[in-house]
Amino acid sequence: MTIQTESRGDVRTAPQWKQRQGRQAIKESAIRAFFLSCGVLVVLVLIGIFILLVSTALPAFREINFWEFLSGKAWDPTSPEKAMYGILSMILSSFLATLGAMFIAVPIGIGVAAYLSDVANWRVREIVKPVVEVLAGIPSVVVGFLGIILFAPIIARLFHKSNGLNAVNGSFLLAIMALPTIISISEDSLNAVPRAYAEASLALGASRWQTLVRVRIPAALSGIIAAIMLGMGRAIGETMTVLMATGNARAFPHGLLDSIRTMTANIAIELGEVPYYTTHYYALFAIGLVLFVITFIVNLVADVILHKYQEREL
Amino acid sequence: MTMKIKKKDVAQALGFFLLRLCLGLVLFILILFLYDIIRKGAGSLTWEFLTKPPRRGMSEGGIFPAIMGTFLVTIVTALLAVPLGIAAAIYLNEYARKSRLTRLIRLSLRNLSGVPSIVFGLFGVILFVNILKFGTSILSAGLTLGLLTLPWTVTASEEALKNVPNSFREGALALGATKWQSIRTNVLPYALPGMLTGTILGLARAAGETAPIMFTGAAFYLPFLPRSLKDQFMALPYHLYIMATQHHAIETVRPLAYGTALVLIMLVLGMNMAAVIIRHRLRRKSRM
Repeated sequence: MTIQTESRGDVRTAPQWKQRQGRQAIKESAIRAFFLSCGVLVVLVLIGIFILLVSTALPAFREINFWEFLSGKAWDPTSPEKAMYGILSMILSSFLATLGAMFIAVPIGIGVAAYLSDVANWRVREIVKPVVEVLAGIPSVVVGFLGIILFAPIIARLFHKSNGLNAVNGSFLLAIMALPTIISISEDSLNAVPRAYAEASLALGASRWQTLVRVRIPAALSGIIAAIMLGMGRAIGETMTVLMATGNARAFPHGLLDSIRTMTANIAIELGEVPYYTTHYYALFAIGLVLFVITFIVNLVADVILHKYQEREL
Repeated sequence: MTMKIKKKDVAQALGFFLLRLCLGLVLFILILFLYDIIRKGAGSLTWEFLTKPPRRGMSEGGIFPAIMGTFLVTIVTALLAVPLGIAAAIYLNEYARKSRLTRLIRLSLRNLSGVPSIVFGLFGVILFVNILKFGTSILSAGLTLGLLTLPWTVTASEEALKNVPNSFREGALALGATKWQSIRTNVLPYALPGMLTGTILGLARAAGETAPIMFTGAAFYLPFLPRSLKDQFMALPYHLYIMATQHHAIETVRPLAYGTALVLIMLVLGMNMAAVIIRHRLRRKSRM
């Protein structure tokens, strides 16, 4: 009896049920479309940054020769005689500070990563990892402030300079900014090396140190290189630390003890004072574009390396 | 033979010592940083410093407007970056198949997180300040920081979604739930705490950023609080920059700069700490 009524009920509601299913399918695809559009927005932001930078930078080249812009040594947009728009010294300054930073951060970063992955027991790791994250969490403006008050006097005394605001100071601070990136990605890639490699090496009588240096680090090398490149990308694009700690002299840099002005610092210094929609204003966006392209390439190369290495692991 | 083994052991001891030295150096620098700021900043940390605006051309008084400004701008940042980040992560982890579009989204995401913060600042000036005519304001600065934070919130949210076991989804689907129903009832509730962790970390970083807000809304000196989203604002990181390099009497305002740095560090590290604690608890829970 009951079975009959139930089946009759089913028969009666079947079209409704179908209709509901249809509505639900529409709702489901609408929801999917919403999430998809949020994902696509990420792509649009990146493309948007590029397009807006290009379109704002282009008017600068109505007055400036593009080649002179990249290869000119003098940057003096407010000169009363002839405005000069050469950013070579800034590009070199950016690279000088970054290379100095890598000189410090690469060995230390790989060292810490190797220590965490190969030497430390889990308890130490559990403590050190958050500590590295704390280091990553210190705002760059605070690091720059400490560069002024902690390192500048030391550097000034060590090298007999009137002040310690120069490329060395900037390199030191950039190394600190890049370290967390280098440490965490290098450690990840060391941990991703198959255990069989280390076991084979140890079974052949190699010590843990030999295994680390001759087997595990070479096996993880692509990931480590990617880590270094990502750290470099961070250092090139870093603004506040170099703005505060490198002295910002416009002169062409000759060494690590010179005061330098990086691309990022120059934008930060001049964008606040420049009248809108002048060649100088557009030129600052052109510097931003150069910066964007450099970091984009560095990151893309790092990404390709990391990807290749991930695929090999699979 | 014995000689050889000995040499190897010496090399290992020396090598491991070097590695420890690297770690020690990093820890030393971190402790030096924190120690210096706490020691010299603690003196200026009075009730008045935290609750009063700056006085006499910022050579006296407190940093209340800067604290409030950073707080407000971070809210705008969160309103943009958190929902969008979570939605994009849901797409990537729950809906996306292996396609060219998915690869493109992921590639953009990773590249976006490498874009220099000052470039985000330039983008904010063009898009929010000029094109959308928000002017230099909390809104412009918050949205700029929101875009900067977006890649971090997406990555963190996706990580949290990945940690939800597939059987949770399958269970719901097997009972006849639609995809969205299964996500809403069986995936999101378990992923939310993890999302929270990553999101807090991202927002903490955004709160400490200076370069993106310098030209999109942060003000040199405002003795009052912003009244609307279209107003300029003071922000802790920018205030520290001013006090450290741009003030007319830098040496005499050093204590105030130290105090500002300490408050900023406490804010950012406090948020970090909260995130780490949440994650730690979660891990322990998932182990059981």
